[in-house]
Amino acid sequence: MKPFDYARADTVEAAVAGGGRFIAGGTNLLDLMKLQVETPEKLVDISRLDLNRIEERDDGGLTIGALVPNSDLAADPRVIERYEVLSRALLAGASGQLRNKATTGGNLLQRTRCYYFYDTAAACNKREPGSGCDAIGGFNRIHAILGTSEQCIATHPGDMPVAMRALDATIVTQKADGDKRRVPIGDFYRLPGDTPQIENVLEPGELITHVELPAPVANARHLYRKVRDRASYAFALVSVAGVVAVEDGRIAHAALAFGGLAHLPWRNPAVEQALVGQQPGTAAFEAAADALVEGARGFGHNNFKIPLVRRTLIASLRDLTGEASA
Amino acid sequence: MHFTINGQRYEADVDIRTSLLDLAREHLGLTGSKKGCDHGQCGACTMLVNGRRINACLTLAVMHQDDEIVTIEGLGSVENLHPMQDAFVRHDGYQCGYCTPGQICSAVGMLDEVAKGWPSHVTGDLTDVSLDDAEISERMSGNICRCAAYPNIVDAIREVAAKEEVSA
Repeated sequence: MKPFDYARADTVEAAVAGGGRFIAGGTNLLDLMKLQVETPEKLVDISRLDLNRIEERDDGGLTIGALVPNSDLAADPRVIERYEVLSRALLAGASGQLRNKATTGGNLLQRTRCYYFYDTAAACNKREPGSGCDAIGGFNRIHAILGTSEQCIATHPGDMPVAMRALDATIVTQKADGDKRRVPIGDFYRLPGDTPQIENVLEPGELITHVELPAPVANARHLYRKVRDRASYAFALVSVAGVVAVEDGRIAHAALAFGGLAHLPWRNPAVEQALVGQQPGTAAFEAAADALVEGARGFGHNNFKIPLVRRTLIASLRDLTGEASA
Repeated sequence: MHFTINGQRYEADVDIRTSLLDLAREHLGLTGSKKGCDHGQCGACTMLVNGRRINACLTLAVMHQDDEIVTIEGLGSVENLHPMQDAFVRHDGYQCGYCTPGQICSAVGMLDEVAKGWPSHVTGDLTDVSLDDAEISERMSGNICRCAAYPNIVDAIREVAAKEEVSA
């Protein structure tokens, strides 16, 4: 690990003025620092800031402090009751030990698990802009099939952010100059394009302080379905976060987000448009799946993800609507 | 830097890069916690920090100066085994023993989580938590045993949970 300076911040104001990389749970950052994939010159320890509460909002939603650990968020009775998809996604991720340490803000910023990003001897435009991408033409079983670029085919590895995307979460931040802003999660992440090293809209020194969840959708079923190489403690090959409501025999609300497919938690309005107003059933589910994989591109080892996510979505929709296989 | 480990106060002058695991093993002589992967993948380094199980390899010692840290040495001794240690011995819940301190610390932390009513990935109704073998396996998935002593590890944990009547 490269040497670095360390300072503990006692207030948000001091943290954003600190001029360093933030560290809280550290489960991803320290791992990458050991490999010298990340080499920050200064760490600002934000783990003691007063951002570890989950609070009620006037609209019936919740405000989650950025330092709430994954395990506390998953087990919170309000989250279980109103946002089961979020609890399920959190519980599908990592291990008990990691969930006890990993925070809400840090998990939003988890970096890709692309093998070539981790291997400092390999070419990686995300780690070293301009060096190339060894995943394209290499071993790319875990890589993206949607929203890729010639520079990067890495995926966002998270589960929690996929559920938050389906829940229309808003990310609240504070900038180095003290300004606060609220960014809808749909605007927070960036596709790789020509700058895969820039993964979100945060400015240098900008700190995530909270995540806001809007009031839950009434009478909706929630589901997080994760397909992975082993039953526990593995990243998603593909995952589906779904919130679906059926009224009078027709789909009244559908929010569907996907992990393992892209550089960000993926959501495509065309998938939901193919469902809303329709009767639950194979015809509508297949139309939604067709919309999801339209334009999908495999890179060899990950071609299987296209039919896999199609089937996973259809199976998820059967569960979400209570519509048995037809 | 100052630390409280197993109820004892320590002073140590260590590099800022030192992990909590390396602090214990290399600087304080507490070698019970093991370094397996050093990347949070195997769980051999599991300690209890403020009562919660974490991977000690993936956190900086400097960040834990105000915390109550418990390692395997603090759970029990040869003369006075912790009930989980005793159960692992009687059920043969190990072969080479390298992962065992992490398994035991993790199991102790895990039963506290169940007692608090925390659900897991395999819990059906998230508001109704109980402990069966599938729950134990899922909740212990962050601890790898390359000898694959898993069936006996599950037996040991199940017995302690039953004795302590752990359920939410």
